[in-house]
Amino acid sequence: MENLGCANNPYRDSKVVEACSLFGVMDRGGRRFDGKDIIRAMANMRERGNGLGGGFAVYGLYPDYRDYYAFHLMYENTTAKRRTEEFLAKHFNLHLTEEIPTNNNIQLSNPPLLWRYFLQPKKGCGRSSWDDYVLEKVMTVNNAIEGAFVFSSGRDMGVFKGVGYPEDAAEYFCLEEYEGYMWTAHGRFPTNTPGWWGGAQPFSVLDWAVVHNGEISSYGTNRRYLEMYRYLCTMHTDTEVLVYALDLLRRVHGLPLEVVSKVFAPPFWFEIDRMERKEKELYTALRQVYGSLLMNGPFTVIFTSRGEMVGLTDRIKLRPLCVGVKDDLIYMSSEEAAIRLVCPSVERCWRPKGGELVVGRLRAQAVEKLLASSEV
Amino acid sequence: MKSYLLSEYLVQVDGDRCTLCLACVVQCTYGVFSHNRESRGLSVRSEKCVNCHRCVIFCPVQAIAVVKNPTAYRENFYWAEKTIRATVSQAEKGGILLAGMGCDTSMPVYWDKLLLNASQVTNPSIDPLREPVELRTYLGSKPDRLEVCDSGDGPVLETAIAPQLTLETPILFAAMSYGAISLEAQEALAQAALEFRTLFNAGEGGLHKRLYPYGGRCIVQVASARFGVHIDYLNAAAGIEVKIGQGAKPGIGGHLPGEKVTREVSETRMIPEGTDALSPAPHHDIYSIEDLRQLIYALKEATDYVKPVFVKIAAVHNSAAIASGIVRAGADAVVIDGMRGATGAAPLVVRDNVGIPLELALAAVDQRLRDEGIRNRASIIVGGGIRNSADVVKAIALGADAVYIGTAALVAMGCSLCQKCYTGKCPWGIATTDLEISKRLSPDTASRRLINLLQAWSLEIKMMLGGMGMNSVESLRGNRLHLRGVGLTEGELKVLGVKMAGE
Amino acid sequence: MVEHEKMKVEETTAVIDAQGLHHRVLNGLIKKAVFEGAKKLRILNVHGQRYIGAGLSHGVEVEIHGTPGGDLASFMGGSRITVYGNVEDGCGNTMAGGEVVVHGHAGDIVGYAMRGGRIFIRGCVGYRAAIHMKGFQERKPVLVVGGNAGDFLGEYMAGGVIVLLRLNGSGEREGKANFLGTGMHGGTIYLRGEISGLNNHVRSVEMNGEDLRLLRELVEKFSRHFGYDTDRILKDGFTKLIPAARRPYHEHYS
Repeated sequence: MENLGCANNPYRDSKVVEACSLFGVMDRGGRRFDGKDIIRAMANMRERGNGLGGGFAVYGLYPDYRDYYAFHLMYENTTAKRRTEEFLAKHFNLHLTEEIPTNNNIQLSNPPLLWRYFLQPKKGCGRSSWDDYVLEKVMTVNNAIEGAFVFSSGRDMGVFKGVGYPEDAAEYFCLEEYEGYMWTAHGRFPTNTPGWWGGAQPFSVLDWAVVHNGEISSYGTNRRYLEMYRYLCTMHTDTEVLVYALDLLRRVHGLPLEVVSKVFAPPFWFEIDRMERKEKELYTALRQVYGSLLMNGPFTVIFTSRGEMVGLTDRIKLRPLCVGVKDDLIYMSSEEAAIRLVCPSVERCWRPKGGELVVGRLRAQAVEKLLASSEV
Repeated sequence: MKSYLLSEYLVQVDGDRCTLCLACVVQCTYGVFSHNRESRGLSVRSEKCVNCHRCVIFCPVQAIAVVKNPTAYRENFYWAEKTIRATVSQAEKGGILLAGMGCDTSMPVYWDKLLLNASQVTNPSIDPLREPVELRTYLGSKPDRLEVCDSGDGPVLETAIAPQLTLETPILFAAMSYGAISLEAQEALAQAALEFRTLFNAGEGGLHKRLYPYGGRCIVQVASARFGVHIDYLNAAAGIEVKIGQGAKPGIGGHLPGEKVTREVSETRMIPEGTDALSPAPHHDIYSIEDLRQLIYALKEATDYVKPVFVKIAAVHNSAAIASGIVRAGADAVVIDGMRGATGAAPLVVRDNVGIPLELALAAVDQRLRDEGIRNRASIIVGGGIRNSADVVKAIALGADAVYIGTAALVAMGCSLCQKCYTGKCPWGIATTDLEISKRLSPDTASRRLINLLQAWSLEIKMMLGGMGMNSVESLRGNRLHLRGVGLTEGELKVLGVKMAGE
Repeated sequence: MVEHEKMKVEETTAVIDAQGLHHRVLNGLIKKAVFEGAKKLRILNVHGQRYIGAGLSHGVEVEIHGTPGGDLASFMGGSRITVYGNVEDGCGNTMAGGEVVVHGHAGDIVGYAMRGGRIFIRGCVGYRAAIHMKGFQERKPVLVVGGNAGDFLGEYMAGGVIVLLRLNGSGEREGKANFLGTGMHGGTIYLRGEISGLNNHVRSVEMNGEDLRLLRELVEKFSRHFGYDTDRILKDGFTKLIPAARRPYHEHYS
């Protein structure tokens, strides 16, 4: 992956900095819808990007293959593809292999080969540890196989991204043909040129996907902490650390979402000092133990996992986030105008405080309908 | 035997200005000045001068100047004056040469080859003048993860956290024992630590009864000779530090010359008055790493597991592996002391030739603990060569949790780095136990100078953190991406784990 | 009173069965029992648990049956510990008060940096006993050894008293205690019989009345603990060793 010319950072900068537009929308009732609105919303925020990266994450994308991990891969060449497929065949039962459909009338810069695989770990790996198994294999492909990059590896979800404006990427990946109950999107303004496919967002591993605006000044600290837990940060983007931090804290350490948000954007010490004993103990311990995962510097993130969309800004609100609600629909966006454009009748629109968590979750009956069968 | 040593300095007194007030006679403890009753003038013996500036500062009419002796040694590139002097001196006295303070040779100073980052455009600087920037630091072992139970009433912490020490700035006063420095100097450090909510380290010479009230802000040491160690001493302290080694003299131990072992010192250390206080390496209950574990746990058992136990080692070639062993032995913090670290008395040859630069040891230790996945288990504190707030910031970016300052604190109190601490005659009242001299140092005034220093550095650290776009010191810890090297070889950059400037 | 399946308490006596207990549990039980008023503790089936009595300052009686682990009575400030068995290394490490009585042998570094209290060992002690022993005025640590000592006895000694009775051998023939008193700059060592090959940091001097009184007191205590006849021990000649200089290494430095 390190040499994946079209998917990697050609200058090997330690960290690529970027500005961005974000948008997310979910239907809490679990109704699936197409990507037209989100593409329009992103196009409306075109000024925030510079055409060097755009992408989408869609949940409820592959309902027919809900029990399979959907791997989306970028290949630099056919050798990388052959080596990866050998690796996948060795460790997984492959249910379906296909090229990701693209619209070749759209000219994007230097596109890689794009393939997807629906797969399950080989027998012998207990179902409870599937995620750990898959994560490890994703890390292996991304680090050990030159020219190959897994950019999506969740179930019933998928990421599509590339170098270009988000609306161009949407057309390239024929996103008008997909439906999902939750979409997030990202338009990118990287400061280096040319943009690289692997570095576009959303950034995703397992069921997590993150779109992120801002630069995390604590990246070096975050990264070295995560490396201790064997997350290999190879993409040199701060977004990557957000995803791994999320996976570590929520999935591996089992912390509630509200607590994770307080790791990323903790209260100041003077606020903690004023808390009641129990609360103070918790917040003190969070900063003592997880201080290296404080996301310091400007950020807005929308992170998604199956059935859940979460918006969060840094604790001193250096980046924008606007939230809108209309019936079962929840919108999160860098700019309010984008929400009002696609949902003129939005009921409520507000800007959360710095470090305040905004969570959208599927309603109970939708959870049953959309997620239950896969939790065998 | 006639001495062939030249005077190092010449003391010049401007006769036109001198009023013969004799302040210099009183102030100089080395006997440079005397009042010549016959000539009714001042006699000056320059060969005794150590250039400590005491007379210069206290001359009310600015009549005194100290200059380097213009009579030069016939030095050359290979045989520098320092080398010639040492040879002559040993030929005359036949013993190991002692020196005070830290290594002063031209070894590379890596701090000066590391440059800090600042935000420009892509992320904003934080303006510490109007926004909070947090320096609070907790020292102690951290668990790898927290258990939080989501009760109906909000999340509740279920993990017990090991004892932690709270600092409001990541700077502690380094170990300086009563004996090496005066009680007044130690009290000044204690007062400053209390007021600034950081910690001072009482060193290995016991804790004088006058300083017990400062115990909550005190790290006490347990060194090989166990000077002044007893259960009340351990219980009085905030934390305990097992001193294995010292950066100024790795591999050898403490040596307080008998000149400084006065009655009070002997009582605090529990040794006879006037004897040399010897605490040579090693600890005789530690001949192997598992023995270190035994001592750490003996101390924890004796103090009911309520205090963190630090282990301090000198920065040496194999520091990374040693630190790993220390963490696995149960230490709550590893202290690495660099070769620039000072001492009251060390053999010159050891001071200037043994050990490795702190920066390299720190980088290697932090990386090793991370590679082994045990970095959370212990804090890293570094000392021995921290000169200013930039060094502090660079040390934290390399991976330290906090730093110890010794020399800088002494300079703040008046030390002029004359390097004669081992004589016990420090005219500034710092490195002396002579009550007549040490009373020159007012703990109140000296602590004010120390607090000013901490305040100035803390402001500067906040400014640099803000400049890098961070409002909390924990986001700097181990953040080597905010460092770049200049003038370093590939090997050096690799050990430091930093990129070259421009990369 | 604390309740624990391994501890039985009757009035002010606590009996602890240490079989299978981790040192932290055992020492926790001891501290709790003492805190809640126990005056006497009998600890049975001790097999290597370390740090028993570490930091114990209360005036209690502790009986240990078995083989306690390292650092017995380390940093102890008061109390009497009697061991019916041998002890491992580090017994009385940095001890500051109280008494340890061992009905057996002791390992290395007995009474390391001890600065108060008394240790009586019926048998022999290992290497480096009483190294760095120190005292000041009323703080006067004492180590009495019935048998012989390994090398390096009383090195860097800066105070206190060592009595080496050498009852299990005859004089110098066993356990020569090489390097005895190297670096000694305080304190006194009394040896039963003669000794040769001393280094120049110690010197042998005549016993005076004060020495004889102190020696009798200590040997009487020793005899009472272990059932010896004081007069029989004292009828042999003793050698008194003191530091040759206050600053043994002064000439090393210019």
